[in-house]
Amino acid sequence: MNTTDVFAPWLDPEAKPMIEFSNVTKTYGKFTAIKNIDLKIYPREFFALLGPSGCGKTTLMRMLGGFENVSEGTITIDGQDMKGVAANKRSVNMMFQSYALFPHLSVADNLAFGLKRSDMPRSEIKGRVDEMLRLVQLGKFASRKPHQLSGGQRQRVALARALAKAPKLLLLDEPLGALDKKLRQETQFELMDIQEKTGTTFVIVTHDQEEAMTMASRIAVMDHGKLVQVDTPDRIYEAPNSTYVADFIGDVNIIEGRVSKSDGDAAELAWAEGHSPIRGMSGAGISNGQGGAFAIRPEKIAIATDEPIDVHNRISGEVEDIAYLGNISTYYVRLANGALVKSQTVNTRRIARRGITWNDKVWLSWTDTAGIVLAG
Amino acid sequence: MNLARRLLIGVPYLWLLALFLVPFLIVLKISMSDYAISIPPYTPTLDVSEGWTGIREFWAALDFENYVFLTSDSLYWKAYLSSLRIAALATFFTLLIGFPIAYAMANAPDEWRPSLMMLVILPFWTSFLIRVYAWIGILSNDGFLNQILMWTGVIAEPLVVLNTNTAVYIGIVYTYLPFMILPIYSTLEKLDGSLLEAAQDLGCTKIGAFWSVTVHLAKPGVIAGCFLVFIPALGEFVIPSLLGGSKTLMIGKVLWEEFFSNRDWPVAAAVAIILLLILIVPIVLFQRNEQKQREANE
Repeated sequence: MNTTDVFAPWLDPEAKPMIEFSNVTKTYGKFTAIKNIDLKIYPREFFALLGPSGCGKTTLMRMLGGFENVSEGTITIDGQDMKGVAANKRSVNMMFQSYALFPHLSVADNLAFGLKRSDMPRSEIKGRVDEMLRLVQLGKFASRKPHQLSGGQRQRVALARALAKAPKLLLLDEPLGALDKKLRQETQFELMDIQEKTGTTFVIVTHDQEEAMTMASRIAVMDHGKLVQVDTPDRIYEAPNSTYVADFIGDVNIIEGRVSKSDGDAAELAWAEGHSPIRGMSGAGISNGQGGAFAIRPEKIAIATDEPIDVHNRISGEVEDIAYLGNISTYYVRLANGALVKSQTVNTRRIARRGITWNDKVWLSWTDTAGIVLAG
Repeated sequence: MNLARRLLIGVPYLWLLALFLVPFLIVLKISMSDYAISIPPYTPTLDVSEGWTGIREFWAALDFENYVFLTSDSLYWKAYLSSLRIAALATFFTLLIGFPIAYAMANAPDEWRPSLMMLVILPFWTSFLIRVYAWIGILSNDGFLNQILMWTGVIAEPLVVLNTNTAVYIGIVYTYLPFMILPIYSTLEKLDGSLLEAAQDLGCTKIGAFWSVTVHLAKPGVIAGCFLVFIPALGEFVIPSLLGGSKTLMIGKVLWEEFFSNRDWPVAAAVAIILLLILIVPIVLFQRNEQKQREANE
């Protein structure tokens, strides 16, 4: 693969990270919010911190912004140790979840707020404010107060205000959380577009996996103050390193069992008496005889009424339920051992031509590389 | 407009007419009368039994003599000015003490706030007079304050606080402090903490953020609190009479003396009318501030 035109500085050992967390721990009294985190984020990345609420993702971001002190370890930005550097002395700006627009100031004055407190000459401030208003297409609203704007417009003002000082690093705390679904999807692309135009490094905190998958160059999946996996969206989806990640991102079938073979990239999982073991890719840190789990996405499982012959992984079962979503259908198939497995197919034919219905005996099958065997 | 709506709107108007406009007109009428040794102690009084001529005579007897008299004696305008100065200074001191208290309350843990609020309101459960008398006990030459200061050796001679303007300031600040704290607290309590972080994020120091966010957003509360203290303090009578000395000149005290010592109701009424005119300015400003705040909240 030609890597020169693909943006992947994390694969390049020569690349200099912009942000480096070394052994960072954050405690509040007896509660540990962040445990020994090591993380490198590179310039121009769109980096997503993903996890359920209370996993420490917001704390991690607030430490970058200078709103929380580090209990142990160091954070460096552009090689400079950030210890004791106050929020107003960092070339980092933050877009707050609540947007935190100053209610007593107009849109233009909100955008100018940071510029007036920088060393930018007075005469240039207006030009910069106009430029930012154009960037987020809010030119007509310059003299409005925040309470006269819609939610989407406020979100854009907050973004423009955070970008006005041209920070090296922009932190976004659940930037789309307050928008409705349709607006959220539009804004995702707008954010990516703006990130590309300005060349700013973005670190975004979100609990919405779809948002992270769409926008991010890399995703850090967090749980209980730890980084579980840091990888590109496709790797997180295709090769999760744990059942936690597999389960957190998208829809997944987890079949538990015992690792019966582990051989390089391939692995096998014995899961039920009288069935041949499931073959899949080998996940990290598995060893023979140890408890494990097989994770496979529903869309990677084929469903048929006749027994497929040339596939190793095949199981029979009975259709218990069908979820028809228009473009796709999900079949819930009950196996002989009682487990429920989801299989998803694209509805290329009209529903009347569907060959499988409730209580049908069906065969589920998938290729040897469709799923992954993970440590249990 | 139907009758029910007219009636409904009529109620507050009737209320204002009966309890504000009519008493005001009576006081206005007295202020334009002449002092007389009679009951009531002024003339003329309207005698409707004499018919049209009676009303004409009554009307002809009214004049602005008392207002002219107020300008002739320097006591009155000095008392007005002194009241304005004392009320303004006391309002300033109340703000100086009230703002930090309101700020601390707004930043206290959630579970403490109801108790702190209670502590601010608690003094209202005791009679105002008793509380002012308590201050006499504290501030007098052999009062608690001097006893403690002399016992700890800070001073050798007792401080003369009671019957001075200082005691008046203490009394006003103490009495009206809750009126300053509550409106400021209610604006600070609504303040979104992320606004302060945003200000720091955009380059403000902590003090700068406090100034450009907290103080700016607390402005409506500060203005409301200042008016709530200034307006009643201007006409204050009990505090200067009980805590102030003979040199303490406040218009409320003058008013009281005109009424009860001199029994000159017409001059006292004229003093009251002028006081009302002076107060109309801050009251209108106060109403406008409230209106603006309501509009901003919509």
